[in-house]
Amino acid sequence: MGLEKLNNLYREVILDHAQHPHHKGPLAQATQQISLNNPTCGDVINLQIQLDAADRIQAIGFTGDGCTISQASASMMTTAVTGKTKEEALALAKTFSDLAIGKKHAAADIAALGDAQVLTNIMEFPARIKCATLAWWALQRALLQESDED
Amino acid sequence: MDKLEQIRADFPILQQTVNEEPLVYLDNAATAQRPTPVLERVCQFYQTDNANVHRGVHTLAQRATTAYETARQKVQHFLHAAAPEEIIFTRGCTEALNLVAATYGRTHLQAGDEIVISVAEHHSNLIPWQQLAHQTGARLRYIGLTATGELDLAAAQQLINDHTKLVAVAHATNVLGTINPVQQLAALAHAHGAVIVVDGAQAVPHMPVDVQALDADFYAFSGHKLMAPTGIGVLYGKAALLADMPPYQYGGEMISAVHQQTSTWAAAPYKFEAGTPNIAGAIGLGAAIDYLQTIGMTQIAAHEQQLVAQALPALLQIEGLTVYGPHDPTKHTGVIAFNLAGLHPHDLATALDMEGIAVRAGHHCAQPLMEYLGVSATARASFYLYNTAAEAAALVAAVQKAKEFFHLGTGEIK
Repeated sequence: MGLEKLNNLYREVILDHAQHPHHKGPLAQATQQISLNNPTCGDVINLQIQLDAADRIQAIGFTGDGCTISQASASMMTTAVTGKTKEEALALAKTFSDLAIGKKHAAADIAALGDAQVLTNIMEFPARIKCATLAWWALQRALLQESDED
Repeated sequence: MDKLEQIRADFPILQQTVNEEPLVYLDNAATAQRPTPVLERVCQFYQTDNANVHRGVHTLAQRATTAYETARQKVQHFLHAAAPEEIIFTRGCTEALNLVAATYGRTHLQAGDEIVISVAEHHSNLIPWQQLAHQTGARLRYIGLTATGELDLAAAQQLINDHTKLVAVAHATNVLGTINPVQQLAALAHAHGAVIVVDGAQAVPHMPVDVQALDADFYAFSGHKLMAPTGIGVLYGKAALLADMPPYQYGGEMISAVHQQTSTWAAAPYKFEAGTPNIAGAIGLGAAIDYLQTIGMTQIAAHEQQLVAQALPALLQIEGLTVYGPHDPTKHTGVIAFNLAGLHPHDLATALDMEGIAVRAGHHCAQPLMEYLGVSATARASFYLYNTAAEAAALVAAVQKAKEFFHLGTGEIK
């Protein structure tokens, strides 16, 4: 087979996000933040979110390091959820996590993921599912915790 | 080795394609593959001799006990131990090292004592000592590495002193592929009244080991890395030390007499083998040792040395490729850890998998070493006796191809 199949995983859009990640960097006024790591490989993500009074994601940023897939996924995730309400963002996280383990979703749900929908074919590479889902888990955990503002 | 084709025929698992390419199995430092004679021996035991050991008077019980104790003697001779009573069967190398920490460690260390290990240890030869230090108030100290990634013996001479009660090091390291100067470290430890615990997981499968020549007090290894089934491992301990240690677990087989309020213990090794042991695993380990000895440990070491002498310089030729540990092949075991600049090892490992090549990517259960090296992860290829020169060449070619796929011209990601 050789490396041809790799094109299924490393699509142009994924390489673009990995090489020029969106929303990479710390936030000055985060209301939520979390650090997650993947203990099997050492990938780390520090995710910061600034929610406004209406629980809408005003700003989001990530730092950390990891493989192409984890970096692209974090970039795609942060792009997909910017401007979304907490509930909308959590719904996107659920869609992504479900798709990554082979569950079905309506076409409209999938379209709402934006660029991130291309990573849902990570199922073809079972060993890499965690690389793609780490950023979305971080999002869920960060949004579900109590606000850092007292 | 001249019999390489014959050897490969003993490993049915190697005769397959992965992602439509012939499988090239280079993850032997994680676990080795099992040859047919080992699989057949385990199967035969279950089909003809299976019974519990040390418990019955019936014929099958005697056969099972004999087979289990014969395996112990095979391990004894393989490690050049003085007596079979010095060989304890465990679940693996990890359990063997934990056993020493939980029994010898808990009864011989106290606040103010020092434990000395190297920064290149696998977590299984690190966390037991770290936690023992927390439990006893002892201090855990680390021997660093030289510029080439070898254990810094001069630093060890400074670190090991009269406060040192225990020194623990790998015989061969699982990332850097170095062989530690165990004999010198043992002499140092003994000169200060300390014991030395050796993690032999990456050494025993690949080279001749003589625990008496090394003067190791404890020596541990796993069966599965030398072609035995998973779930069987060995702890060697000097008889005088084992005699003085409390049991590790309590239950059947490890007792002398049990009363309502008190019990007394069996002698070593049974004192440390509570419960029904992994009988078939031990017998499989004995068969694996037989298999390796028909080829010869010196020959196996030389074969791996040849593959490294071929692959290591060729990998170093690839621009942007870093090899961790010595670049001199003669100072290397069959383990090579490396990274391509700008490419995460997971991406590299997925690319190699598409070419049928199995390597490990990650921190290799050595996070303090990763921190020390300033990387989050590495790729790792590891050879064994059934790997061929063509496979070593395939690895190098696939790494080059992966680099081109990810458009890495000069080591900078575009």
